[in-house]
Amino acid sequence: MAPSSSSSSEGVDDWVPPSRRPELADVVPVPQDDGPHPVVPIAYRSDFREVMDYFRALYFAGERSVRALHLTAEVIGLNPGNYTVWHFRRLVLEALDADLQEEMNFVDQIAESNPKNYQIWHHKRWLAEKLGPDVANKEHEFTRKILAIDAKNYHAWSHRQWVLQVLGGWETELQYCNQLLEEDVFNNSAWNQRYLVITRSPLHGGLVAMRDSEVDYTVGAILANPQNESSWRYLKGLYKGENNLLVADERISDVCLKVLKNDWTCVFALSLLLDLLRIGLQPSDDLRGTIEAMKNADPETADADLATAICSILQKCDPLRVNYWSWFMTTVSPQI
Amino acid sequence: MGCLRFLLLLMQKKDSFESLVMEHIRLNGAYWGLTTLDLLHKLDAVDADEVIQWIMSCYHPESGGFGGNVGHDPHVLYTLSAVQVLCLFDRLDVLDVDKVADYVSGLQNEDGSFSGDIWGEVDTRFSYIVICTLALLHHLHKINVQKAVDYIVSCKNLDGGFGAMPGGESHAGQIFCCVGALAITGSLHHIDRDLLGWWLCERQCKEGGLNGRPEKLADVCYSWWVLSSLIMIDRVHWIDKDKLAKFILNCQDKENGGISDRPDNAVDIYHTYFGVAGLSLMEYPGVKPMDPAYALPLDVVNRIFLRKRD
Repeated sequence: MAPSSSSSSEGVDDWVPPSRRPELADVVPVPQDDGPHPVVPIAYRSDFREVMDYFRALYFAGERSVRALHLTAEVIGLNPGNYTVWHFRRLVLEALDADLQEEMNFVDQIAESNPKNYQIWHHKRWLAEKLGPDVANKEHEFTRKILAIDAKNYHAWSHRQWVLQVLGGWETELQYCNQLLEEDVFNNSAWNQRYLVITRSPLHGGLVAMRDSEVDYTVGAILANPQNESSWRYLKGLYKGENNLLVADERISDVCLKVLKNDWTCVFALSLLLDLLRIGLQPSDDLRGTIEAMKNADPETADADLATAICSILQKCDPLRVNYWSWFMTTVSPQI
Repeated sequence: MGCLRFLLLLMQKKDSFESLVMEHIRLNGAYWGLTTLDLLHKLDAVDADEVIQWIMSCYHPESGGFGGNVGHDPHVLYTLSAVQVLCLFDRLDVLDVDKVADYVSGLQNEDGSFSGDIWGEVDTRFSYIVICTLALLHHLHKINVQKAVDYIVSCKNLDGGFGAMPGGESHAGQIFCCVGALAITGSLHHIDRDLLGWWLCERQCKEGGLNGRPEKLADVCYSWWVLSSLIMIDRVHWIDKDKLAKFILNCQDKENGGISDRPDNAVDIYHTYFGVAGLSLMEYPGVKPMDPAYALPLDVVNRIFLRKRD
């Protein structure tokens, strides 16, 4: 039978210090050597100190045993960030030929209470790699659970992307992105994931095949919430490196116009419009009229061309980045 | 600033500092604390020999790497911190430079990426760490620089930023690592400076502080990650520096010193370092200038690269 990987199920009241455990009676604890003059002194709790001293003894002896596995679980419970303990635990798991599915359940429990710990996620990846494609969907369920609590957890997203690309499970990923963006359309991580799916999933035919429907989806998201940095960037990203197609797609200039008709100070709409003008957009009469009306509100720009006028408006609506817009103006102004 | 008092207390007191979870990253803590002291012209407040003796007790002569503390396994995260601290004290002579360079360069993978240690976690953070370590040791030739650069470029996103791996979301910390690695290897031409510059300056929030990703809260640590990246791509004038400096200064504990992540939170050594480093990048009076790529005071970096080598 594979050894049980956890000893942390005991209640706090039942905790027995390692020095009083019969199974560790033959172990001589090794205290931490901080050197004679610690540069950054650290106060240790006494229970922590004792567990660490016993762990160190087994670690230095290279003892790959069931009691070593139990002790690593205890150290991890006290400080899941200690990477040496995780290293040692993997050596012990390999030596004991332990049940890795059970180990995955153990690490999942720890991950739920420490979702931003590099070591834990790396341990999960190590296990998933050994367990293979069969665990893909279970891993996706787990990251869903973590992302339901914090939808922007970088570690969970990295793990999810790794599992997708190495072990698979793409089938419901676009639907999952839809769901997350329905819950919070400002979630940049979900927009990033959406881009991964449409560019890398083997099921959707890639960016070019997805572009048309994605433009519609994104335009809808922008019109519902125009003050969203992520959706505007995504829209432009759909035409990355294809400026001629970006300008030719009337839906792009239309969404800028629609948003500006409601709110002529929307920085993202003005900014995309500037990009379009810079790469050769011939503005429609409607668009020209809208910008002319905005110009009239500001006598300084009365004689300026469209792009210069937009820069001038941006300098006023986005004062924190006034230097950026001033620079931008120099790139669009006719040379004197 | 009250930072100095906070740091000096930290160096002397054995209790009331951080929690036990600091133990395994103590070498990083030493780098944050000592670099901050140097930026404030107070590195001589610590005994260099004691520090170097302790640093070297974290060294693994078999592998050539450093652990985060005495008796801990080696990892590139702590190896770079050790090398940087030795640079502060101008004591790279205590290192077996070839051995350390072999350790970090041996972690390059076939696709050009780097693992953090023998267990193989891959992240663009480690690309930066290895490249920075090797450059400080004058041993960049030990890796395949072209492949390392190609891997970083493969992590570039539609917003001009970079993530931890190909397809990973842009994040200001990862962007620093990728831009820093490209700067050190003379490969900044792979960056769309205007596109990335706009994304980075969009990180400035109304109150003046910087966040690391869209819709996240401002945090003092991004003062370093975002500003250093903006400087390396020559776009730092696009943000409002006065407002950012005010935000950082508002995060100070005015009674006991030190800097926190955002106003009124508890101070720690990590945010103290990033706050002071951010002020340094904005040429704040009394703070030494910092090199944005090597994350060391400029005079230290100049000493390494301008000194005539034997």
